[in-house]
Amino acid sequence: MRALSHLFYQRRTLTLLLILTPPLLWFGVVYVGSLLTLLSQSVLTFDDMSMSVVTELTTANFEGLLVPANLDIVLRTLGMAIAVTLGTVLIGFPMAYYMAHHASPAEKGFFFVGVMLPMWASYIVKAYAWTVLLAQGGVIYWVINTLGVRALLDAVLQLPVIGGDTLATSNIGRFLVFTYIWLPFMVLPIQAAIERVPANLLMASGDLGGKPFQTFRHVLWPLAFPGVVAGSIFTFSLTLGDYIIPQLVGPSGLYIGNMVYTMQGTIGNIPMAAAFTCVPIVLITIYLAMARRLGAFNAL
Amino acid sequence: MRFDPKTWRRPSLLRVVAYAGLAFLHLPLLFIALYAFNSDDSGYSFPIPGLTLRWFYRALERTDIHHAIGLSLSVAAMATVIAMVLGTLTAAALNRDRFFGKDAFTTMLIMPIALPGIVTGIALLSAFKLMDVTPGYWTIVIGHATFCVVIVHNNVVARLRRLPSRLWEASMDLGADTLTTLRYIILPQLSTALLAGGILAFALSVDELIVTTFTAGSDQTLPIWLMGQLGRPREAAITNVVALAIMLITMPLILLAWRLTKGGEASPNSR
Repeated sequence: MRALSHLFYQRRTLTLLLILTPPLLWFGVVYVGSLLTLLSQSVLTFDDMSMSVVTELTTANFEGLLVPANLDIVLRTLGMAIAVTLGTVLIGFPMAYYMAHHASPAEKGFFFVGVMLPMWASYIVKAYAWTVLLAQGGVIYWVINTLGVRALLDAVLQLPVIGGDTLATSNIGRFLVFTYIWLPFMVLPIQAAIERVPANLLMASGDLGGKPFQTFRHVLWPLAFPGVVAGSIFTFSLTLGDYIIPQLVGPSGLYIGNMVYTMQGTIGNIPMAAAFTCVPIVLITIYLAMARRLGAFNAL
Repeated sequence: MRFDPKTWRRPSLLRVVAYAGLAFLHLPLLFIALYAFNSDDSGYSFPIPGLTLRWFYRALERTDIHHAIGLSLSVAAMATVIAMVLGTLTAAALNRDRFFGKDAFTTMLIMPIALPGIVTGIALLSAFKLMDVTPGYWTIVIGHATFCVVIVHNNVVARLRRLPSRLWEASMDLGADTLTTLRYIILPQLSTALLAGGILAFALSVDELIVTTFTAGSDQTLPIWLMGQLGRPREAAITNVVALAIMLITMPLILLAWRLTKGGEASPNSR
């Protein structure tokens, strides 16, 4: 035992190797291994006649991505990811700012738990809750009818792109659900970033004659921005890969996730599914590289 | 830390907005809890006509729900154990000085949560297919353990960073060897962080849907069962009860994990 202890102390590299091997094996073999398996299949041919994968190298799957119908899918998903990111910043920033600079210590703890609990609550329960809330005859329609603003809602639903027949089949509805589910992932990084902004910096700006908006625009926002970018990594990445919410709420029209799911599942076209998987991987890699430059990793 | 008097009115508006955001986060969950007691069997109509416990009894009789709960809990337990072992090891390794490939290793660790779940899911599925592995309990566990490691890792590494090196040095100066120091000094300091990480990993595993749909084959974990229920509007009342049950399983765990790590942050070691 004693000898073993000395060995661990004297041979630090050996110890490191011992510590590192199990996780390295797990991640290297299980995770990276499967990822490479998947990606390597993206250059294989899928035979439409026999409905099977043939080991014949091709770039057809990636060319297939550029077909207008598939480009639409990518743009639709990307558009929603951007909209949801902006939506969560809009709602999340005031919450984060209040938590960091105005809440009393007890209130801050209350807010922290209040944001964390919904964040960790089951994803499918949250998505399901919204299908119940948004249904016709459900809570939201009841509130709108009771407030007497039904005509306003109908007018909004008439609008192109964001509208639809009902809330549950409109892009507004889908946007609401996405924003709801990813909001906590935005609040917490922003809060962490604002927490590090000294309050006297904001006061100094006010003392020097800065109006509240100017203080926000020139002092608070630039300092909180890395936190916003850190949060947006989550909202962006999670929206890009989601295939459940687009199934449950909103108009027809596939998202990247749905496409991947259908391709591998009902059709069994793993090569095409693999090619589609590359889209979020590439987009997120680009996004992460940009985020790193903006200093978001220090805010995580 | 209030603003100066000139801007005194702003916090009150800000306060309203902040609390509205908080309400937005909680109302849907509260409504699902309320709907579980809905005496009407339509499942979503509002206002609800009355309250009942009928659906709880119905849900208790359903063997498919028992199986789903059983599978979810046993998968979560196994995934948590694996994640706690691997997460502690990675935290121990990455807390050390720089070594070759450290950045690459860190990236690899966060990839399962940085990339969308669907990528992890389909990657594992394609690998399982290639190796002719039949999806089932162990394939679900492998998927869950993979994204749970980083949760445990984050908790443990945060605690390790706060442990002053003098603790370790003092122990060694007093004649303890590496293993003794590990056993009596380091591990006790890590225990609450490790426990909190394990609890969060467990909760995450019980809740996970996206990766699981790819790795579960025909087995049904609780979230997969719930997903299937969405296509059965006639059973909405029972679905509401199970949705509430899932929240009741995980929420106390989250609170407990929060309490465990909060205590650590307030300890004098953090300064």
